[in-house]
Amino acid sequence: MHPMDVDPLLIARWQFGITTVYHFWMVPLTIGLGPLVALMQTMWHRTGNERYYRMTKFWGKLYLINFIMGVATGLVQEFQFGLAWSEYSRFVGDVFGAPLAMESLLAFFVESTFLGLWIFGWGKLPRRIHLACLWVAIAGSTISAYFIIVANSWMQHPVGVKLVHGHPVMTDVWAVLTNNTAITAFTHTIFGSFGVGGAFLVGIAWYQLWQRRRDGIDTVGADKRVIVAEAPGVPGRDRADHSVWLTSLRIGAVTAIIAFAGVAISGDAQGKLMFEQQPMKMAAAEAACHTGTSFSVLSIGDPGSQDCNDVIGVIEIPGVLSFLAKGDFSTPVKGVNQLLPEYQKKYGATLPDNPIYGDRAGQKIDYVPIMEVTYWGFRIMIGFGALAAFAAAVALWLTRRGTVPRSKPVMLLAVIGIAAPFIANSAGWIFTEMGRQPFVVAPNPNGVDGVFMFTAAAVSPGVSFGEILFSIIALGSIYAVLMVFEVRLLIRYVRGGVASAMPELANTDDDNDAKPDDVLSFAY
Amino acid sequence: MDILPTLWFVLIAVLWTGYLFLEGFDLGVGMHMLVSARSETDRRVMLNTIGPVWDGNEVWLITAAGATFAAFPYWYASLFSAMYIPLVVVLAGLIFRAVAIEYRGKGTSARWIRGWTLALGIGSFVAAFGVGAMLALTTTGLPLDANGDRVGGAFAWFSDYAVLGGLAVVGFCLLHAATFLAIKTDGSLRERAMAFAQRWAPVAILPFAAWVVVVQAMNHKPLLWLVVVVAFAAALTAWSAARRGSEGLAFIGFGAFLVAGSAAIFANVYPVVLPSTLNSAWNLTVDNASATPYTLGVMSVVACIGLPLVLAYQGWTYWVFRRRISDSQLPQQTGVRAAVKQP
Repeated sequence: MHPMDVDPLLIARWQFGITTVYHFWMVPLTIGLGPLVALMQTMWHRTGNERYYRMTKFWGKLYLINFIMGVATGLVQEFQFGLAWSEYSRFVGDVFGAPLAMESLLAFFVESTFLGLWIFGWGKLPRRIHLACLWVAIAGSTISAYFIIVANSWMQHPVGVKLVHGHPVMTDVWAVLTNNTAITAFTHTIFGSFGVGGAFLVGIAWYQLWQRRRDGIDTVGADKRVIVAEAPGVPGRDRADHSVWLTSLRIGAVTAIIAFAGVAISGDAQGKLMFEQQPMKMAAAEAACHTGTSFSVLSIGDPGSQDCNDVIGVIEIPGVLSFLAKGDFSTPVKGVNQLLPEYQKKYGATLPDNPIYGDRAGQKIDYVPIMEVTYWGFRIMIGFGALAAFAAAVALWLTRRGTVPRSKPVMLLAVIGIAAPFIANSAGWIFTEMGRQPFVVAPNPNGVDGVFMFTAAAVSPGVSFGEILFSIIALGSIYAVLMVFEVRLLIRYVRGGVASAMPELANTDDDNDAKPDDVLSFAY
Repeated sequence: MDILPTLWFVLIAVLWTGYLFLEGFDLGVGMHMLVSARSETDRRVMLNTIGPVWDGNEVWLITAAGATFAAFPYWYASLFSAMYIPLVVVLAGLIFRAVAIEYRGKGTSARWIRGWTLALGIGSFVAAFGVGAMLALTTTGLPLDANGDRVGGAFAWFSDYAVLGGLAVVGFCLLHAATFLAIKTDGSLRERAMAFAQRWAPVAILPFAAWVVVVQAMNHKPLLWLVVVVAFAAALTAWSAARRGSEGLAFIGFGAFLVAGSAAIFANVYPVVLPSTLNSAWNLTVDNASATPYTLGVMSVVACIGLPLVLAYQGWTYWVFRRRISDSQLPQQTGVRAAVKQP
């Protein structure tokens, strides 16, 4: 077979998955870290305390190193519905394009412009205005997230439309913007992002405090409390430096704990909606083949099999699944085996004989998502989210006497712990997006009949396998290379401590003749 | 015929023109960092002229794409899927350029700086060329079938017009950035930027002028020759201003050429948004490619609120950073040293 004749559907899905999961490594850090930097600058503005100024400078630098990667990879997102998913764009365009356009017009413009003002405005804008610019930029990021979630939620739960000539047509923009799926998903995403921001602060601040102890700058007295000192030869390692990291660590840990509470509450609301709106997804998340009330702690089955008969529940807790779905311990929750005939009856057993399906027309539709992915995705999300919050609580306890233990393995754990909420975020998205399959627009059980779309119908008919192969290799390798650069740069700046963002801390005696107002307008 | 699709066609033309005007000098500065800069100091001054504004300018592109999706989903779907490979290359260029702007100054090794400078310059060139090719083809046509899908394989979009459009935008960006650098910098860089505009203006602007004339000739709207004449008059005025050393007027004049030229192009193709070169019955038009009146109405309200605000705060940004910058203000580039006690 000629490579151009291979079905592009699967590779197009891989491409969307890879580029989107990658993009969403930068995004939660931007959303979660941004408000913390703004909080630090606000504290500096209020108290005039040097500690907060240094925190703003250092964390602001890391924020920007990460932010730009989110911007760069976000570009692909705006175009890729048109690139490989033209039939999808044609089908949903009347309703799905609107939140994307609103995002750029009302939010992304604000974010980009005011962040530029913040980066270059140090010493140039009045302090209050300069601080306000950061808050406005951060409001832009958050509103931006809201519109994107609105668009995604419409794919999970289409509302506010009627069907005209087989296409959904928007009739009620408020219904789209206040979609309950969107409100819960937005809340969940924002709290999830704060979890990322919190763990980032804890891990890096821990490393810095540990570095100060290892270098013998900070010591511990007989009462086990920290004795802070300074090392004049090392850039930025003065007494104030200690409080920079301890405060950062505490802000981070408290943020991570609050974030987890928010994630749990919003996630519970989301789950209850999902049991109603996409019952098959939740059944697959539980590997719940049979209708029942038990929550599975561990199920095993034949890997790769989507046949429910192979799944064996090893550990199950009765009643908990009903609680997750309905709020009580007894209402039975429908399993895959019961849902499957309902789906086949409602949405067809085979793909329709329509030219948009190409060679796929007439194929049997598999309504059960890949259960290994949904089942484990769901558990990894919850597990790593909880782990991050637990680690934050432990971090607060261990640092109660003003510094971290000297142990290197514990420091390494704190640094590796930065990854936990990232993993939880990715797992959550992979679960919810792959759990939506075989639909790209999942049907709304209480919505208008016919408003749904199979992923198999969504790819661009004119685009070949070879083209998508080219783009997945091109984008994949660019993303891989840039990840190396971003991480290397972050590590370099982290190792440099506050002085990496404030060179004036490193050279105290020379270079004092420059006029600060002129100099500060150069950021690059 | 409904008024809203026409309004949105105009709005999208405005967004593309705004993008070319604003990001035009950003992309041009990126290219000049490779072709015109003589030293690292030059390159840093150049980069800092666009530093505070480039990201906001790039949002014009994202908004043009998003607005096309919202208002003309069929246009969005057909244009981007038909030009799959060039669009991916454009995105790659824009990604490298964006990251390069932020990361370039965050290292001090010669290799690091050289590498990111190349990424910035080549990324800017590729993005300008690709966007130009795409815009030229949406005004001259692509081989689309009745469903709006490309016929003839991955490179069926390629034509002389693609090259013409690519050169048009690259040439314009180089010229526009030269006058921009002349009004934003001082000293020898300012003089060299002006010399570039004086010397290369006719060559740089020629492909864009040719694109305008080609589209004018393909469509039969004699009245629009007036707009074409305005565009050419603006270009000539700008060139003579440049030769007199009048930087501001040169910048505005070439900008006016862009606005009038692009107005002539879009007005000529209207009501077609994307012609099919196979059968004119398959052309995408403002009527058959647009979203419903309800959606367009909602988006009109959003645009009426959003766009004036964008213009206001972006205008304010240019005001805040209105001063010329020069090498005498450059702070020394310092490397990042690990805050670790040396053994």
